[in-house]
Amino acid sequence: MLRLINGPQTVGNGRVFWICFFGVLAAALAYPMFADSYDVGNFAYFLIWVFMALGLCLMWGYCGMLSFGQTFFFGIAGYSYGVLAINFGGGGMTVLALVLAIGLAALSAVVLGYFMIWGRVGGVFFGIVTLSATLVLAFFLGQTAGPEWRIGDARLNGFNGMKGMDPLNVPWFEGETIYFEGSSLYYLAIALILVVYLALRMLLNSRFGNVIVAIREDPQRAELLGYDVRKYQLITFVIGSALAGLSGVLYTSWGQFITPSSVGLPAAAMPIVWVAFSGRGDITATLVGSFLILVTFQAITVHSQQAALVLMGGMLLATVMIAPQGFVIGVARLIGRLFARRGAGGA
Amino acid sequence: MTELLKTQGLSKTFGGLAAVSGVDLSVDEGEIHCLIGPNGAGKSTLFKLIMGTYPPSGGSITFRGIDVTEERPYQRVKKGLSIKMQTPSIFKELPVRQNIHIALQHHVSKQDLSREEDRLLAMLELSAEATKAAGVLSHGQQQWLEIGMALALKPALLLMDEPTAGMSPEETFRTGELILKLNEGGTTILVVEHDMTFVRQIAQRVTVLHFGKVFARGSIAEILADPRVAEIYLGKTHEH
Repeated sequence: MLRLINGPQTVGNGRVFWICFFGVLAAALAYPMFADSYDVGNFAYFLIWVFMALGLCLMWGYCGMLSFGQTFFFGIAGYSYGVLAINFGGGGMTVLALVLAIGLAALSAVVLGYFMIWGRVGGVFFGIVTLSATLVLAFFLGQTAGPEWRIGDARLNGFNGMKGMDPLNVPWFEGETIYFEGSSLYYLAIALILVVYLALRMLLNSRFGNVIVAIREDPQRAELLGYDVRKYQLITFVIGSALAGLSGVLYTSWGQFITPSSVGLPAAAMPIVWVAFSGRGDITATLVGSFLILVTFQAITVHSQQAALVLMGGMLLATVMIAPQGFVIGVARLIGRLFARRGAGGA
Repeated sequence: MTELLKTQGLSKTFGGLAAVSGVDLSVDEGEIHCLIGPNGAGKSTLFKLIMGTYPPSGGSITFRGIDVTEERPYQRVKKGLSIKMQTPSIFKELPVRQNIHIALQHHVSKQDLSREEDRLLAMLELSAEATKAAGVLSHGQQQWLEIGMALALKPALLLMDEPTAGMSPEETFRTGELILKLNEGGTTILVVEHDMTFVRQIAQRVTVLHFGKVFARGSIAEILADPRVAEIYLGKTHEH
């Protein structure tokens, strides 16, 4: 199994890559020892979104399904976590709430995906249907301000959003409880990213990964090689959506609130910008690029939100014009060419 | 001879146009059967009906004695059908070797995969191009790669839709040799082709389609001797 970590579907398979990888991982683990708690919390916030980007990269970059509605699953899981955590009474039950919330996001992906994929909805219409789903959810949640919109003890609260749920926590020894906030949330996010990233690499370099890239290239030929294309598309859609759900749960746990705006149109566009900018053809590029773009966006937003939006738009445009395969992949290739030229010059 | 494929009254209409109309076709195990006919005769549509990429408007398809009319393409492939399409249908962004790998991986064990890939690449004379993206191959090489992908499935019946389109005379001849060699190895082959020299090289039985219907059938000699066929299709080609 472990040998699948390297393979044709992932950029970065050599020793140099893995040395850099473990170097970055070590730096990430050491970061909270040197940074103040505000910055660590901020970084945890950025990392939370990476799961949604990785899921979209899997669906769009590898399987050719552009979902414009990953925030639908983000919202389903985020709200479900809130409802379940409040009704379970918090505490250690928040872990169960996390599992069930992601399960609900995955289940809704099974239902939506089944009707789209078996109904032969493809291409741009796939994006339109998924966008419609997230907009319908945003409108629905927006009109739940009245007291009648409650599930058990959890009030949905319309545009003000749901709040009051416990953050993720686990009981520890001697009656202590570990709350995943600040640096502990940061470490949890790092651990989860590590697991998800390596698992995705193995999945992509497996037989399954070969089939989904074949489907991206030519679904009819893939079927004529004996693969039930619909089954592979549905599984990919569910995995990508479950990852969006994981982002939703962690987001709700991080802020202990969630509002319909996290499901609306501007929020739905963001994962597409992250993945397109980073390079949808590779999960490592998406991981690195999404994190960088989130950090940059917030750094500029501190000074001017308008300037941040304009600059982001400019960066996206420049990426499409100069490096259509994505900024991170473009930079990696440029560095590779420079090294190759230097090597050739030295030889 | 055992009957491998049989279509009965097979039809396909697009709006008011009958592309294939009541076609009865029988392909015996071990033969090379050629489908010929003028442009628009319904040859490629018939192939798509046999593979299941088009649902039929009427009639039935039986493969190895099993009615597969309602089955999806991947189910037919699993039963032993395989196709090389009219225009190269390969994964152009992926390396040549990976194209073959994807075709092989669901029925060849992991330990035999790379040996089988090497064997097919050598047979297709694509070993030197194994790491190149399939899209950069010449048209003829892309055709061969697709033939290799179709063969990787070890089909009982291989459908080839104009396998020599865009090939040079030398490549066309070599493709004919390959088809004859595959047939000697036990593969039944159904070919759509325009090039009568090529048809003469490989065909054992020929069916002529015209306006979506079976117009004539017989051995290559019988078809070439049929003046009605020469009139509708062969024309000057007959005089070669």
